[in-house]
Amino acid sequence: MIGYTLRTLIKMAVTLFVIVSLVFFATRLSGNPVDFVLGVGITEDDKQLLIKYYGLDGSIWTQYWHYLGSILSGEFGLSFLERRPVSAIVAERIGPSLKLIFGTMVFTFCVSIPLGIAAAIYRDRLAGSAIMIIAFLGYAVPAFVLAIVMIMVFSYWLNWLPVVGNSTFSHYIMPTIAMSGMWVAALTRFTRNAMLDVLSQDYMRTARAKGMPERVVILKHGLRNASITLLSVMGLQIAGWIAAGSVVVESIFSWPGIGEMLVRSAIQRDYPVLQFGVLSVAVAVILINAAVDIAYAYADPRIRLAKGT
Amino acid sequence: MTDISHSFTLKAIRLPGIGLWKQANWIVRIATLVGLALVVLSVAAPLVAPFDPNDQSLISRLRPPLGFDRYKDGFFLGTDELGRDILSRCTFGLRLTFALALAGACISLLIGGTLGLVAGLAGGHLDDLIMGLVDAQIAIPMTLIALLTLSVFGSSIDIMILVLGIYGWEQFARIIRAEVKKLRQMPFVEAAQAAGAPPLRIAFVHVLPNVVSPIVVQFTLNFSNIVIWESTLSFLGLGVQPPTATLGSMVGTGRDYLPTAPWIVLAPALTILLLTFAVQILGDWLRDHADVRLRSR
Repeated sequence: MIGYTLRTLIKMAVTLFVIVSLVFFATRLSGNPVDFVLGVGITEDDKQLLIKYYGLDGSIWTQYWHYLGSILSGEFGLSFLERRPVSAIVAERIGPSLKLIFGTMVFTFCVSIPLGIAAAIYRDRLAGSAIMIIAFLGYAVPAFVLAIVMIMVFSYWLNWLPVVGNSTFSHYIMPTIAMSGMWVAALTRFTRNAMLDVLSQDYMRTARAKGMPERVVILKHGLRNASITLLSVMGLQIAGWIAAGSVVVESIFSWPGIGEMLVRSAIQRDYPVLQFGVLSVAVAVILINAAVDIAYAYADPRIRLAKGT
Repeated sequence: MTDISHSFTLKAIRLPGIGLWKQANWIVRIATLVGLALVVLSVAAPLVAPFDPNDQSLISRLRPPLGFDRYKDGFFLGTDELGRDILSRCTFGLRLTFALALAGACISLLIGGTLGLVAGLAGGHLDDLIMGLVDAQIAIPMTLIALLTLSVFGSSIDIMILVLGIYGWEQFARIIRAEVKKLRQMPFVEAAQAAGAPPLRIAFVHVLPNVVSPIVVQFTLNFSNIVIWESTLSFLGLGVQPPTATLGSMVGTGRDYLPTAPWIVLAPALTILLLTFAVQILGDWLRDHADVRLRSR
């Protein structure tokens, strides 16, 4: 078990190192960062001074070394545009992002698990097929199209929901649904398939033969066993989908979160913010993945033993 | 079991047209027709489009589509904020989206296919290294890589193709590696090895033709994802830059006019949906079709 945890941690460290290096070389290969900071009409001497100041005069490897050092000591630089530490900028955006992600997760689970169970139970009837067709097509709807159509209908046409802002509950409705869209579609399919596998098991027949009410059979014997498969499939995808979804949805609804910050800094070429934003999201995703991996191994001895030998 | 599945799928791939069409249900047939219509539309864009997609006419800006008040002759789907014809922009946007997604999927296949083939055939440390790369790619959200690359290198068409080309290579690598590993155990490959065939010959003559069907399936699914991905990036303003029209950027710039001129957004958004639905249905059907085990479900 300790071996498995260690292996997961080492894999995580390697991935972290890859992304840290990727971020460094991507931003350095594009040219001298000083050219982006400086306005027009700066003399060559000033430029050299700045290059020295930022430590850009050494070879790329010394710079890389310094960069690694500054990351370890927690210095990530100042935003080009806002002239504040990037860590402060990212810190104030974590809250809104987390709230939106939490809402998305709750909504997704509340909608897709019942739908998936229903689709499995009524698989031979119209209701089951209808759910699966909607889930299937939903997977092909890009988040931004869903968001735009909702804004068109519910904000401009019916005038029910606000577009921008995050102060009241109604502000959460559209961003949450837009972010869940693809995820609901996928999780419904996974739930249905996992339930279908479980429904044909012998212990389900036994439970029914014992005279248990159908509700208990489905929820207690069925869903609980299906959830093992469900977790293994979903666990590793959650973090990545959230990262992708929040970037799109937050910028559409001007949500003051990390995703909106990433897109804005990418368009404005505010590299320190972009670098730190990418790093922190990547770290979050990798940490979540590793946590899911390890937690799952603890929960299921089969995996622990298969991988841990 | 595996023997049978391979001979079957190979046969299906060899006779694409009629054989597959007969086995398809009506949903798949409609999706095929829609897909073909969109391909024809995009290939024939210069012939179909009534105007130049970038021609501005400020007198006839923000005109609604046919059948509404203030409709202006010739602009069937209306005009945008600069008086550009939306029908023309949609067809040319579709053309560019198709081209970008096709190029992206091909590059992704090339990268993933080569690495998967090498990993599967070589094994050992090379295999470990390549699978490590695959794991790293899975762990790092593609969104972050795309944001970084497009921001740093600017978003020209070349860079866009490159970014889209990285998308999904790890899927190709994993699938092809797994297939190759399975095939290597097959008697005919062992026979070829025993007969002294060089590694390259084994790779190209004996192994590669037998992984065609999973590749076709993955290619379709990847294509559909890349279409979504490209239009999302262009929508955010990070992809193809104005005035060049892609479906995503049309939705992106049109959203400022949503309250007054929703048709600017509706036409490209519906085109995106038609395209992704059609490709998704085809890809899914191909996958079920190629996998004998799933067909009984």
